[in-house]
Amino acid sequence: MKSFKALLGATAFVSASAAYGADLEVTHWWTSGGEAAAVAEFAKAFNEKTDHNWVDGAIAGSGGTARPIIISRILGGDPMGATQLNHGRQAEELIEAGLLLDLTDVAEAQGWRDIVFPSSLLDACTYEGRIYCAPVNIHSWQWMWLSHKAFEDAGQDVPSNWDEFVAAAPALSDAGKIPLAMGQQPWQSAGAFGVMSVAIAGLDAWRAVTVDKNAEVAAGPEYAKVFQAAADAREMAANSNVQDWNQATNLVITGQAGAQIMGDWAQGEFQVAGQTAGEDYTCLPGLGVNELLDTAGDAFYFPKQDNADVEAAQKELAALLLSPEVQVAFNLKKGSLPVRGDIDMSSANACMQKGLEILASGNVLPSGDMNLSPDTQGQIEDLMVEFWNDPSYSAADAQAAYADIIANAD
Amino acid sequence: MTLADNAAQSRANEHQTKRPSRLFKNMTAKVASIPMVLTALVVFVGCTAWTITYSFTNSRLLPRLEFVGWDQYDRLWSTRRWLISIENLAIFGICSLILSFVIGFTLAALLDRKIRGEAVFRTIFLYPFALSFIVTGLVWQWILNPDFGIQQVVRDWGWESFVFDPLNNADIVIFGILIAGIWQGSGFIMVIMLAGLRGIDEDIWKAARVDGIPTWKTYVLVIIPMMRPVFVTALVIITSGIIKVYDLVVAQTSGGPGIASEVPAKYVIEKMFQSQNLAQGFAASTMMLLSVLVVLIPWAYLEFGGKKRG
Repeated sequence: MKSFKALLGATAFVSASAAYGADLEVTHWWTSGGEAAAVAEFAKAFNEKTDHNWVDGAIAGSGGTARPIIISRILGGDPMGATQLNHGRQAEELIEAGLLLDLTDVAEAQGWRDIVFPSSLLDACTYEGRIYCAPVNIHSWQWMWLSHKAFEDAGQDVPSNWDEFVAAAPALSDAGKIPLAMGQQPWQSAGAFGVMSVAIAGLDAWRAVTVDKNAEVAAGPEYAKVFQAAADAREMAANSNVQDWNQATNLVITGQAGAQIMGDWAQGEFQVAGQTAGEDYTCLPGLGVNELLDTAGDAFYFPKQDNADVEAAQKELAALLLSPEVQVAFNLKKGSLPVRGDIDMSSANACMQKGLEILASGNVLPSGDMNLSPDTQGQIEDLMVEFWNDPSYSAADAQAAYADIIANAD
Repeated sequence: MTLADNAAQSRANEHQTKRPSRLFKNMTAKVASIPMVLTALVVFVGCTAWTITYSFTNSRLLPRLEFVGWDQYDRLWSTRRWLISIENLAIFGICSLILSFVIGFTLAALLDRKIRGEAVFRTIFLYPFALSFIVTGLVWQWILNPDFGIQQVVRDWGWESFVFDPLNNADIVIFGILIAGIWQGSGFIMVIMLAGLRGIDEDIWKAARVDGIPTWKTYVLVIIPMMRPVFVTALVIITSGIIKVYDLVVAQTSGGPGIASEVPAKYVIEKMFQSQNLAQGFAASTMMLLSVLVVLIPWAYLEFGGKKRG
């Protein structure tokens, strides 16, 4: 009898400790003001709604700095509980090697297939029919942010598309402003070029190059126009001596620069600075030319762990990330679009509403991350950062080098 | 003392009677060096061979054995970024080698003149070496920043057209990095040189003075040749520092503007982890190893091969 009681006690103790929950280290590279505020929403929801504990593992620097750290930790046998990555081809080989947790059961229980919109987001998480990541937001690169103050100071109307902006640029320079703010990190140069290529070369040419890797189109006249435009933009950005994207955004916020081509994550910075869309700044999707948005985004991957408790916590977190309230709270702070089309985003500001409309009308592109391998993207980044920073690098030479990379892309 | 000698003597006698093979001579010393021998074989030689082998494959994020011949090397040597990296390393290497030696030796020679407050100066000169390359890089990034560094200060003094922005000018950016490297490293070289100078016998100075040889001539013709081992030590330390220069560049420019200040080590690490192309990174690191060997083998031949003949 006594031993039976002891046994009962022991069972109770074991089950209690199982319910007590696990510490889950979550790594991500959301460190700028707006981003940090957004990720805090995840942590809050996870700590309050589950028994588990969010251990924040923010890695300073951009994705370029953080990704190698994250991947070498997973490969090196020191996996974190969960980690941010851009979904697409970055994690392909980690999945092949069986290092990531299969989330298919969570996805089926939560009906992700039905709620995730556009469905390409979930496709990017899927590998051979199994789902390995939880998409949390949609980020699109195709935005230009314009400072009302800068254009007022220069005595110009705020442009409504790229051509008007180019026309207004000399007046901005005369007024002592930097027409185009650009951070000097490679991913920013490559990203801005990507935006210009969709807007200027048009969707068909872009698709031929990025999706089908057609080097002839990359060397053709449509892309020649893009490179010419990029060369013009290079002159406009000549005096922009900042490194980080948020420093460049800050130039626009303070009116020292006219505009910045940057993804919608820049929105969070305007919000933190207390600015209002339409009054203090304007956003132009697709540079005001081709209103298309790509559907890149962030997703959480869950490296495999030996501990069953941790695995349960990982799955709970995965389900939580896509729950309606968390999606709204997170995306409002982040300035990104939610991954599900069935939630109420009426409290979003004017820019986000524009984005939601474009998304709802189906004008979406697959993102570069989903089409090009990190290796090809690295080569493009090297080319672009050199091109943007070296005025003697001619548009024609750059185009030839670009076509070469596309021809060898895998 | 005598006891120990006796013991050694008797052991030697024993050995002589048994005639042991050469292999078992100095057994304890050999056993003790096994871990280091293994480390050298497995870690250095083994990993080097592994890296070189995989540089001929098409490994991406994970190593895999699908050989593609010289493809990775073809691509490497037709990549502009790699060529620029090599050029930068050459400029940085030659300049920092010469400048570290000249500055380090000059400072050491000046301190060696028995000046007052030597300890204070020595501490000041050595201080930068206590900082990591990352901190050094950040500090110099601020100092050389055209908006709030030296350029702005001089402009505030009234010289409005003054331009000094090495980190933002692609043509001279590598010299901006060189300044920080020299600032950080020359103090350490100075200390090594100073130790060498202190090792010179006082009598040599007296003899030189008696013969009426001017001080500078004594340094150049007598002291420097005597300090050959010290110079070799300093050379090895500086060169290895040059080849692996990475953090300084990351902290100061992250390779910019454009790709004007890229270095080979940065190429290796970014190809391996950022671009997820291990084989390309391995090919680049093999080339780095090769360049070290090209310098090292002739030197080792001269240094060790020469002595045997002499």
